[in-house]
Amino acid sequence: MKVVISNRDGAGDPEGETIYRDLVSKSVFKQVKGIRSGKFLKVSVEAADAASAKALVSKMCDELRIYNPAAHSITVEV
Amino acid sequence: MTEIQAKVAVVRFPGSNCDLDAVSALRTFHNVEADLVWHEEPSIGEYDAIVLPGGFSFGDYLRAGAIAARSPALKRVTEAAERGTPILGICNGFQILIEAGLLPGSLLRNNSLRFVCKWVAIRVENDSTSFTRGMKKGQVLRIPIAHNEGRFYTSKREQRELADGGQVVFRYCDERGRPTPSANPTGTLDGIAGVCNRAGNVVGLMPHPERATEPILSPFGSADGSLIFKSMLESI
Repeated sequence: MKVVISNRDGAGDPEGETIYRDLVSKSVFKQVKGIRSGKFLKVSVEAADAASAKALVSKMCDELRIYNPAAHSITVEV
Repeated sequence: MTEIQAKVAVVRFPGSNCDLDAVSALRTFHNVEADLVWHEEPSIGEYDAIVLPGGFSFGDYLRAGAIAARSPALKRVTEAAERGTPILGICNGFQILIEAGLLPGSLLRNNSLRFVCKWVAIRVENDSTSFTRGMKKGQVLRIPIAHNEGRFYTSKREQRELADGGQVVFRYCDERGRPTPSANPTGTLDGIAGVCNRAGNVVGLMPHPERATEPILSPFGSADGSLIFKSMLESI
């Protein structure tokens, strides 16, 4: 399972903004219009199917506060 | 000998590094017994007040304070908070209290992406908490900061609730007490340097009062950090 934690829009993302402003926007890759940084976790799970694995990992992220809902949003994918 | 009036726990996590400074600062008050308490010790809940010191608990892994917030110590700190025990989180201690849900909001990486280490001025916004009751609203304290993740952030709705409910305890300000953008060292929301819970017995702040308790340690010859600990002793 892949968990990506990133800042909510209002919380700002100085790292992503710096990568874009000071590196990418000054390069030849002019079609790139923005960068967001985040944290990536790869989670190994024993589960009957993908849906139950996703439900389990989402529950873990909520209960163990893997992200802080005041500032972050997460995506959980197989 | 002065009679001991208060027993204060300074909780040490793996990676704490301001713990001995906090113990030393508290011991300058001769009627205080300050103990360094390992985070797994069950005795944490038995103290008159609890200080969570600065540092890099559990290596700041996952997020500053996130792992310490799930340690056995924080179960005991939460129970003590519910009983009304004064609890102070300094820097990483503030991050831990937020991650444990004892204080609202979040502490994100500084806007500059830099570790900011300097003396700043903060203004007292609420003088009725367990750690500010010896001060006056609007009073300016000189105190150092030293952190990488101190940019307070929360939703607009919660920001309003915190302001209306008196939960903003300290704001960064200039020397004359004005909370200007240039006096904001990290891009923290609304200049917020410290907040409290609704009851006012749990306070967290990014600045380090334990590094500002003796005039010889201050470029201004001040000891403003002592005022925070004096207020705590008045609250016990």
